[in-house]
Amino acid sequence: MSEAGAAVHAEHEREGFVRHYIFSKDHKMIGRQFLFAGLVMLIVGGLLAMMIRWQLGWPETPLPITGLFSEEFWDGDSWLAQTLPYGTITSEFYNALFSMHATIMIFFVVVPIMVGAFGNFLVPIMIGARDMAFPTLNMLSFWTAVPAYILILLSFFVPGGAAAAGWTSYSPLAAVPDYLGVAGPWGVNLWCISLIILGFSSLMGSINYITTIVNMRAPGMTWFRLPLIVWAIFIVSILLLLAFPVLTAALGMLLFDRLFGTHFFLPEGGGDPLLWQHLFWFFGHPEVYILVLPAMGVTSEILPVFARKPIFGYRAMVYSMIAIAFLSWIVWGHHMFQSGMDPALGTAFTLTTMIIAVPSAIKTFNWLGTLWGGSIRFPTPMLFALGFVFLFTIGGLSGIFMASTPVDIFIHDTYYIVAHIHYVVAGIIFGIFAAIYYWFPKMFGRMLNETLGKIHFFLTFVFFNLTFFPMHFLGVGGHMRRIYNPLHYEFLEPLQGINVFISVMALCLGASQLFFLANFLWSLFFGRRASENPWQANTLEWTAPSPPPHGNFLTAPVVYRGPYEYSSPEVAEDWLPQTRRVEVASAGGHG
Amino acid sequence: MTYLRFASTAPPEVRRRPLRVRPQGPPPRVPEPPGGDDWGDHHGDEDAFRPPLSNACLGMLVFLGAETMFFAGLIGTFLVFRVASEAWPPPAMPRLPVGVTGLNTLVLLASAYTMWQAQQAARRGLLRRLLHGLGLTALLGVTFLLVQGYEWMRLLGFGLTLASGVYGATFYTLIGCHALHVCGAVLWLLGVTLRAWRGRMALPSTGLTLCGMYWYYVVGLWPVLYTLVYLA
Ligand code: HEM
Ligand SMILES: [Cu+2]
Repeated sequence: MSEAGAAVHAEHEREGFVRHYIFSKDHKMIGRQFLFAGLVMLIVGGLLAMMIRWQLGWPETPLPITGLFSEEFWDGDSWLAQTLPYGTITSEFYNALFSMHATIMIFFVVVPIMVGAFGNFLVPIMIGARDMAFPTLNMLSFWTAVPAYILILLSFFVPGGAAAAGWTSYSPLAAVPDYLGVAGPWGVNLWCISLIILGFSSLMGSINYITTIVNMRAPGMTWFRLPLIVWAIFIVSILLLLAFPVLTAALGMLLFDRLFGTHFFLPEGGGDPLLWQHLFWFFGHPEVYILVLPAMGVTSEILPVFARKPIFGYRAMVYSMIAIAFLSWIVWGHHMFQSGMDPALGTAFTLTTMIIAVPSAIKTFNWLGTLWGGSIRFPTPMLFALGFVFLFTIGGLSGIFMASTPVDIFIHDTYYIVAHIHYVVAGIIFGIFAAIYYWFPKMFGRMLNETLGKIHFFLTFVFFNLTFFPMHFLGVGGHMRRIYNPLHYEFLEPLQGINVFISVMALCLGASQLFFLANFLWSLFFGRRASENPWQANTLEWTAPSPPPHGNFLTAPVVYRGPYEYSSPEVAEDWLPQTRRVEVASAGGHG
Repeated sequence: MTYLRFASTAPPEVRRRPLRVRPQGPPPRVPEPPGGDDWGDHHGDEDAFRPPLSNACLGMLVFLGAETMFFAGLIGTFLVFRVASEAWPPPAMPRLPVGVTGLNTLVLLASAYTMWQAQQAARRGLLRRLLHGLGLTALLGVTFLLVQGYEWMRLLGFGLTLASGVYGATFYTLIGCHALHVCGAVLWLLGVTLRAWRGRMALPSTGLTLCGMYWYYVVGLWPVLYTLVYLA
């Protein structure tokens, strides 16, 4: 097989720069491309969040950029002077800030990193394939996403600014350009177009993942020997495949309402604003599980490795993901308790929502079971994975409160919801960090710095909770979400102290990410070289060189066992790779 | 791998070739299942690496699943309005051409038959019949589109536009999306036909299989839309 290895190498050499780094068809390079695209957008989305917090903490106070420019500059009509007059966030821009923050984080950060980057990088290599089923389609999937990225960023610079109707773009607000009160219709238009394009990219990705996982598994890689992250990506691909087209249809109709005078979501032409909400959330709830399942998969990979124990309840993990996938289609109404929906229907949605918490809880308990009695180590990936479990538990619990209609009538559209979504969605960022710290050695052939990683984790974890936990109190205090200036409301004045506190913590949270940025960039070039299997893990990617060559494996892997056989009595070491065949399956300690 | 060429007569012996598609992407690896004692505990799954459906067919099926959800979104929207309204078509709105479109439905259904015939011909390696079948299919598809276009022009003439409330809007988007799909299918079909015509089609042909799947899907969707939008 060394011949094949050499051939792979020669092929690699022959590829020019463009074929290798830009229009690459190698799943690993495409994964890296998605990772960089997502991380850049994470910075953009994070900066938007900092501005949101600035406005809420110190309403209508100029940002500390005013002094950087001269008087004439602020009097001029450059984009910056118009958007942020004298450095102050206007109400129109504020609306754009929170709409784009959520849109970017959900569609351009979490999904591209989790599904695009890690899905691409891990799926073929973890199932023992040389590449995706359709490498060209894979490349197209990335390059289709690029215009979507460009359009969503460009939309800040069109007349009227970026989309400002919330990431949910409820109609009629979003369906009639004039209602937003901004100078031009192109913000929301570009928002729609960008997401429609992104839908095509995601479609290509889903087709690829599903086909690859079904058809390209290595000999011996049975369904129940698949690592849980692969299961997660498989289920997420199915959800994306079936949910995104519904959003595409809805976005198309919204765009028609705005551009061609249709009245799908406008009562004056017989349309129905609630229809938008139904279509959006029919997509939207599966979408939140699209976001969270890969993070759950990452956690399920990392906990056994660093507890040196098999995952607790492998099949239960798989079945609960499948259950979540099914249930996620019938809970969307919990976003609409306050919309005037039939209360009987509301009760049904309350029930289904409570039920979907059960498989989520099963997963959480299984993670705890995995830790129980393990010889736990705490390198950075493990810390972030544990952080994710912690945050998901809090977010899941607040979800159950909100799932009950009577409670939700009070806290709907308050900061309580904001607390919930950040514990779950922003908690996913912990899953992303865990994945990056864990697979960075495989992706780039170098280790990240542990000390910086630990500092990053502790600061992020502390400031994260100090930022988002108090939002529960704001919400219960009646603080509405999406308001421009809390000081405009007399009853919110006593809460302003909390707002200031949150803003300070949020700025610290943002600043803590510099540790990650520095660590990432430095280690990319100067990090310690990674060995093939630095974490002593079982799954197939660790049998390939770091970073793996084009074609992944020097010899085609054959799989003999499940992915989590740690501390097995069959061998002397405390790990047992999936490709390792143990001759005598006796309980003796030799291998 | 044989390439189709024009032959003055059909090949003497009609061989049946299984419509197996060439694997896409990297070649499959050694199909030898690993033996060993610990192998026995997973019965049934051993053949995972000899997939029953080729990558291309599976990918296409998955894609059609997404298409179905897209149309489900549009059909759902249509039904919401249709069920909620007392009079459909709403007062002063033109009725849809049920008869002509009914005939047109038959045209489209016929194209599925000719597509099937073309695929049968390909299976036997009969190029002339294959080209004939493909051409006829494309022709039927184009006829369908032309009749649809003509009817649309008439409806526009009667004042039914996208802006005519939800009646016009759902009609044009739903039926228009289907028409776009037929358009795409015809273009693809023409591409496949051209390849066969130039003698570039290798048998068994993945392109033909996939194009056929897409064609059947687009044809099969139409009676559903016709029933819902025109008849119900
Ligand atoms: C334990 C399971 C969960 C339950 C019971 C639950 C329940 C709910 C409910 C009832 C709402 C609507 C509240 C309202 O608007 O009044 C909501 C909102 C939301 N949930 Fe969850 N949730 C759960 C898990 C998740 C997960 C895992 C995610 C994401 C990964 C998520 C993301 C969101 C988001 C983004 C919103 C806000 C949408 C918006 O209005 O902008 N939830 N959740
Ligand atoms: Cu939901």
